[in-house]
Amino acid sequence: MSLINPGFGLVIWMTLAFLVLLFILGKFAWKPIMAALKEREDSIENALLAAEKAQQAMHELKAGNEKLMLEAQIERDTILKEARKLKDSILNDAREKSAMEAKNILHNAREQITSDKNAALAEIKSTIASYSIDIAEKILREELKDKSRQMTYAEKLLKETSLN
Amino acid sequence: MGLIALILFSISYLGIAQHSLDSEVDGMEEWQEEIAQEEFKAGDMIIEHITDAYEWHIITLGHTHITVPLPVMLYDKGEFHFFMSSALHHNHGNHMGYFVSKEGFNSGKLVRKEASGEEVRPTLDFSFTKNVMAIFFSMFLLGWIFISVANSYKKRKGKAPKGLQSLLEPIILFVRDDIARSSIGEKRYERYTPFLLTIFFFILINNLLGIIPFFPGGANITGNIGVTGVLAAFTFIITTYSANKNYWVHIVNAPGVPWWLKIPVPLMPIVEIMGVFTKPFVLMVRLFANMSAGHIIILGFVSLIFIFGEISQGLGYGVSIVSVGFSIFMDVLEILVAFIQAYVFTLLSALYFGMATEEAHH
Repeated sequence: MSLINPGFGLVIWMTLAFLVLLFILGKFAWKPIMAALKEREDSIENALLAAEKAQQAMHELKAGNEKLMLEAQIERDTILKEARKLKDSILNDAREKSAMEAKNILHNAREQITSDKNAALAEIKSTIASYSIDIAEKILREELKDKSRQMTYAEKLLKETSLN
Repeated sequence: MGLIALILFSISYLGIAQHSLDSEVDGMEEWQEEIAQEEFKAGDMIIEHITDAYEWHIITLGHTHITVPLPVMLYDKGEFHFFMSSALHHNHGNHMGYFVSKEGFNSGKLVRKEASGEEVRPTLDFSFTKNVMAIFFSMFLLGWIFISVANSYKKRKGKAPKGLQSLLEPIILFVRDDIARSSIGEKRYERYTPFLLTIFFFILINNLLGIIPFFPGGANITGNIGVTGVLAAFTFIITTYSANKNYWVHIVNAPGVPWWLKIPVPLMPIVEIMGVFTKPFVLMVRLFANMSAGHIIILGFVSLIFIFGEISQGLGYGVSIVSVGFSIFMDVLEILVAFIQAYVFTLLSALYFGMATEEAHH
């Protein structure tokens, strides 16, 4: 029976001791321990959050970079396209211009040639005329060297003229 | 500081014990004969080991008891009496009419004989008994352990735990998160955590010290109904003190219960009001019974050795092998029980606090 018969003194001492223990541990042990645990948990949580944030920022940066690269690619493509267009147009222009020039040159040459040819022909004609006159003069001089021949010839001419 | 004081205190008492042994030679002879004639009674031995005592028996060498005498403080018939337990001659003597009762409801307690021959306990018995001393010892131990842990938290701020701190931190976190927070709720658990941590570690350390069979362990504190009663009373007082309106409404007029259970015979309110008291009562009995039962079984196995030893010495040695084996098994089981009982007491206290502070959810 003594097992379930609590001692009065023990109950009093136990109450006293437990209250003191509760006070001492509460003030000098649990309070700093709980505070330290909480602080550490908070710092861990903050660190995790910061890491997540950093990761997100990196993702954003990466996405930005990709976008930038894509834009650059597009710009490059357009620049290349424009350059090709410009090249084509320049080439075409040059081709047209050169064709025209050639035509002009040909035309001018042809005109020059014609005028030169005409001048040459006129010169030849005048030269031939003067030569023929000289030759005719020389022949006439030869023919009309003696008097007989002059007479015969004059008669012949007179004959032909009279007949007419 | 406190721990050193306690050690000095106990050493000086040990000295007194030795001294008192020398001066009591005449008184000793009587009970030496008594012991010699006594045959081994397992029941008495077991009860002696698991109940409180006025002195702390350490060992008996031959016929010499080595004990730590403790102060006996009585208030009786308008007078204070103060003497050392050594004056009681190891529970066989009588001091100023007071002696330790051998049988009946008051066995093991200090009583005096009335004229009618009836044994009566003094009005108030404040004696600093074995269990009181063990409580103070475990208290200093707890204070020393946890204040040093708290200091290492201060010293190693924001760093990983180390040493004793890393051993205890998971348990502290377990009590905080899995007992207090999950039972009481996120909002209010912080108010109750210090109490829950204190009872958890108080019960745990005393359960563990109770398994150690020699001084300064071996006192069956958590297997003493007075101690568990005080612990349960703390839970009861805190529960009742922190109870909100919702808690009382649930007791007087439990929602979701058919009306004919409340009117005209208030069956449910009676059951609920009884429940308010049975909860701490059950807390008290569960811890007391579990711890005492474990000690009784171990002591029973040890007793078997002496019971068989009385029949024949050889038989005693033979049985000792089996008994020691079973005792070791029980000791290991007791370590597990020490943790389980500390957990159960704390968890149930937390659940009661949770119930008392629960908000009405409509």
